[in-house]
Amino acid sequence: MPALTTGAHPALPQGIVGQGLIRTVPGWESRAAYEAGGGYRPGLRGAALIDAVAGRGLRGRGGAAFPVARKLAAVAARPGDRVVVVNGEEGEPASVKDRWLLRARPHLVLDGALRAADAAGATTAYLYVSDTAAAASLDAALAELDHLPVDVRVVQVEPGYVAGEETAVVNAINGRPAKPSEKPPRPFEEGVRGLPTLVSNAETIASLPAVALGTASRPPSFLMTLGGAVPRPGLYEVPFGTPLGEVTEVLGGLAGTALRDVRGYVMGGYFAGLVNSRGHGLPLDYDALRAAGTGLGCGAVTVLGPGDCAVGAAALLLAYFGRENAGQCGSCFNGTAAMAGVAAALARGEAGQADIQRLERWCGFLPGRGACGTLDGAVNVAASLLREFPGEVRAHLHRPCPLCAEADFLAAASPFALSPDSITPPAGVLRPAAPRPASHAEAAR
Amino acid sequence: MKIKLDRTICDGFGKCAEHAPAVFSLDEWGYASLERGLSADAELPPELEQPARRALLDCPVHAITERPLSR
Repeated sequence: MPALTTGAHPALPQGIVGQGLIRTVPGWESRAAYEAGGGYRPGLRGAALIDAVAGRGLRGRGGAAFPVARKLAAVAARPGDRVVVVNGEEGEPASVKDRWLLRARPHLVLDGALRAADAAGATTAYLYVSDTAAAASLDAALAELDHLPVDVRVVQVEPGYVAGEETAVVNAINGRPAKPSEKPPRPFEEGVRGLPTLVSNAETIASLPAVALGTASRPPSFLMTLGGAVPRPGLYEVPFGTPLGEVTEVLGGLAGTALRDVRGYVMGGYFAGLVNSRGHGLPLDYDALRAAGTGLGCGAVTVLGPGDCAVGAAALLLAYFGRENAGQCGSCFNGTAAMAGVAAALARGEAGQADIQRLERWCGFLPGRGACGTLDGAVNVAASLLREFPGEVRAHLHRPCPLCAEADFLAAASPFALSPDSITPPAGVLRPAAPRPASHAEAAR
Repeated sequence: MKIKLDRTICDGFGKCAEHAPAVFSLDEWGYASLERGLSADAELPPELEQPARRALLDCPVHAITERPLSR
């Protein structure tokens, strides 16, 4: 696997704590280093912070892009005690941003959690993770802090695609399996211990200190995991609106002519489906991508190169959804398995026109028929394959594809997954969590 | 009347769609969702309340509840 790098788009100020989420100084950021960059200083609070978050247009970075100020205000408006949960589970295997933030910059996340708890009126803040290194990093950071204004707890669960869905998060903290529930009630109405609960993505929470302190980056930016067929896959901070092709070229390292060989992109982790090479020109912006029939989601993008087949990629992703769904809603466990079956048959050259028509029918009928978004994600993959790659789909009817013949659709546990372990210095920021005995980390939880 | 269908509980008996086909739609495997345009957050049209109540009472796995839940 090629080494992952981290970096910031040239349009952004580089390496300045408080201005961005990426820190280009290698290693674990201690409390002292974080405070030297301006962290933990008093800033906007309460309604003033919520207004500033609204003014910044901050949206949830877990994938759903819900306006953060509205969620904060909804929890803050509820009577009685409230709870904040920082969701760092990052179930999208193609994304590393949350694990990187938690491993490298735990104090930035904790600072954001304390500000979110203050604004929401919460007395407890949970840090919900599945990554052991992230949990150790948070424990080490918490050990550097004393006299916290709220009760802060680290909760570690088994990783899973659905384990980061907001009701699954609440269920896990409440001692139940980390699987989604039917909504309503939503966590802001009834969450941890039945209390109004703000569940917010780790990157979203990490964006709050700079908003509170008035140091947030201009232009606004987000963390993008860039993977797939690029020379420099990695974690990059990118201004909203940057064309995808520019990121692929400038940060991913694909030279101009090689860019022409890009077949397309897998968008939003696994959730937002495929785009063909028109993706080069799409701005990385919530509304523009939605208008183009795709999405930014969690900000993870996988580049499909000349060695990748879009049909094979869709088959891999649908097989994943077929395996990793929660197994709860009948439309989802049947629908994902059915779509995965057709995609695999298509990749093997065994599908016919009737199978494509079944796929089309499911893409029209199945959206919205699950308690969480998993089925919708699978539909996005299937529908975007048909929409973006009609020529490739036709070419696979009754004819095996040499690229797909090499893929093992069952063996790929997490297609296009990136590991935060392979983000390497010097450009990389990630280091193992502060060295400390594992028993200590266990005792802290 | 507001109703909630918990699809994590639904086992595909299909009784709901027999009683209230305008409220519940079944997929090709027999699993139910609320018809498009209906939501647990919105009042049912009055003419659908009676069939929806029959579906609620007849669901073998109690996947349908009335909102808000009395507690």
